[in-house]
Amino acid sequence: MTETLTGAQAIIRSLELLGIDTVFGLPGGAILPTYDPLMDSKKIRHILVRHEQGAGHAAEGYAAASGKLGVCIATSGPGATNLVTAIADAQMDSVPLLAITGQVNSYAIGTDAFQEADIVGITMPITKHSFLVTKASDIPAVMYSAYQIATTGRPGPVLVDVAKDAQNAKFEFSWPPEQDLTPGYKPVNDPHGKQIQAAAEMILQSKKPILYVGGGVIRAGANKELLELANLIKAPVTTTLMARGAFPDSHPQHLGMPGMHGTVPAVTGLQKADLLITLGARFDDRVTGDVKTFAKGAKVIHADIDPAEIGKIRHADVPIVGDAKIVISLLTEELRKQIKGSSYDISEWWKYLDGLKERYPLGYTDLDDGKIAPQYVIERIGQISGPDAIYAAGVGQHQMWSAQFIKYENPNTWLNSGGAGTMGYSVPAAMGAKVAMPEKLVWAIDGDGCFQMTNQELATCTINQIPIKVAIINNSSLGMVRQWQTLFYNSRYSNTDLHTGTDSVMVPDFVKLAEAYGCLAIRVEKEEDVDKAIKLAIETNDRPVVIDFIVGKDAMVWPMVPAGVSNDAVQYARDAAPIWDGEE
Amino acid sequence: MSQHVLSLLVEDKPGILTRVAALFARRGFNIESLAVGTTEVDGVSRITAVVTLDGQPLEQVTKQLNKLVNVLKIVELEPDASVARDHMLVKVKTDAATRSQVLEAVTLFRARVVDVVSDAVVIEVTGDSAKCQAFIKVLEPFGIKELVQSGAIAISRGSKSMSEKILK
Repeated sequence: MTETLTGAQAIIRSLELLGIDTVFGLPGGAILPTYDPLMDSKKIRHILVRHEQGAGHAAEGYAAASGKLGVCIATSGPGATNLVTAIADAQMDSVPLLAITGQVNSYAIGTDAFQEADIVGITMPITKHSFLVTKASDIPAVMYSAYQIATTGRPGPVLVDVAKDAQNAKFEFSWPPEQDLTPGYKPVNDPHGKQIQAAAEMILQSKKPILYVGGGVIRAGANKELLELANLIKAPVTTTLMARGAFPDSHPQHLGMPGMHGTVPAVTGLQKADLLITLGARFDDRVTGDVKTFAKGAKVIHADIDPAEIGKIRHADVPIVGDAKIVISLLTEELRKQIKGSSYDISEWWKYLDGLKERYPLGYTDLDDGKIAPQYVIERIGQISGPDAIYAAGVGQHQMWSAQFIKYENPNTWLNSGGAGTMGYSVPAAMGAKVAMPEKLVWAIDGDGCFQMTNQELATCTINQIPIKVAIINNSSLGMVRQWQTLFYNSRYSNTDLHTGTDSVMVPDFVKLAEAYGCLAIRVEKEEDVDKAIKLAIETNDRPVVIDFIVGKDAMVWPMVPAGVSNDAVQYARDAAPIWDGEE
Repeated sequence: MSQHVLSLLVEDKPGILTRVAALFARRGFNIESLAVGTTEVDGVSRITAVVTLDGQPLEQVTKQLNKLVNVLKIVELEPDASVARDHMLVKVKTDAATRSQVLEAVTLFRARVVDVVSDAVVIEVTGDSAKCQAFIKVLEPFGIKELVQSGAIAISRGSKSMSEKILK
């Protein structure tokens, strides 16, 4: 059965048929035709953002919180280029994202027409795939393929750029489309049985195994499978920045986050292990430090859905290509068979790790300037809000503290920009998450620098009744850069003072700014007011809430492994390296 | 440093050459040459890429290329199991005194003269890249006015076809 539709109607109809219920966007000339039928859609809620970057991050937050595809729409030229940061972010963090952009009329492409930009060309290196549509009749198949590519295999961003005349032209619409636009796209979900067997054997022969868990486990929804595997083999677990929530923080086998700001037990656990059981992780430089000295004595099992990740940074002794959910459950099954009668025993390993856990717990100290310790604020937000809330962070010190001091028990509750490190992610991502999960408490934990990049979306939140809570960890500076200046540039603070603190000119005054956006705004300067403000924020659901937490600027993120240095050089606090046992 | 000849079957879609070339650039893989053309199958093009690798495993290159949605298949063509050819057109300065020497070189290299004027000839030569380089060496003393070279194209020996399995 076919129906005569315009290309624009076909875009909306395809989205509806794909089950999309929410899109974030901002109209303009070249996408105007599509906004007309969008107005009539009963199934799709369009949320009008104030900046296209906000639409991109909101769609990312929506996707990360729900596990579904996030969709954003923008017009041609600058509308499309404003999406670029969010698209790059989604590519780095494997977020299923569909970006639909208007393009100038097909006959005007290449003429430097008004608001023309080659967005397919611009985004080629930062998308999983992209389509330029110049014929209305291609729209259903393109939309269908875009959905498939974005959501299957290793998820990622797909751009669909539609010329204005293709949106206006009429054609016979039918669904599902018969045209196969992606004959070369065949993600591998099922691992090779032999590799699973080899991995199980290697695990049972190890004395010092460690589960190195990455964001792939979250994207694959494999947290239950992971818990079963971990419970079976009793191995220690580390969850990377992208994997916080993949494994309960309350679990005694959890060593915490590895990497540059990882816990001493997690960093050291990886360094001293004889086997890395790597699941959906990619040996990012922030995790490995100097690669040559990373986990030198360890063999590597590396499971990933993207074959190109295996062997990219570190040789894999047992490479496994497949979906984490399937890989982990098959591995657990195989281990159950093999573990009987094996001499698998890692009690010595645990003795060592437990010692580290005891000696080097995460912590922080009060500040000399009498201001609130930022870690305290974040810790209290986590404790009061609990593990069912969703936390979206910006990028910098507050992001690291949020990864460290909030305890995560569930996947998709920790949203952040890990790979790209996009300042400004937090407010729009929290907005997208709240739209996806309206019944959940959603926090944006932001810095004073990050907040100034995308806070215009508070208007979107207020107008569309999206009551997120924003905690600005206001240290009046670009805190992480400042920390590096303290440590590596002789405390020469080049261009890191933002003047947003109470001891400065306070430009802008975040309370006034938030009030202007229709939010409930609270300023907290004393430790005893922290809880009260958090509770008031949680109780207030008729509008967004912004809390301006004035914190000390000298707080630093510890532990730390300086960039490019061996993880053996992890510092527990400034000039304080952990004391290793005699075996060193 | 190691050199490899890769053959890629790709969908004949706008931008595919950009996607492939951009990937090489972005990942820091060196391309010696790139040649694109149609194939025996409608809608399928073939790219022959000669890559030089400095330390990186070839596997990383093929895996990254395979992630491009429009790439259908990639094979490495090993020198002893395949035939690779470059195509070259050279404009050489000649006069009455040197023309016969140049023509002698043309015969030796089984090249062909495709254009002659009083002070120059255009020569066409086909062969593997070593032969083409050797030919240039021989012609250099006469004065090469212009030189244009295609990237290598390559095909496997034997009866099997690269497109056999990808087409349902």
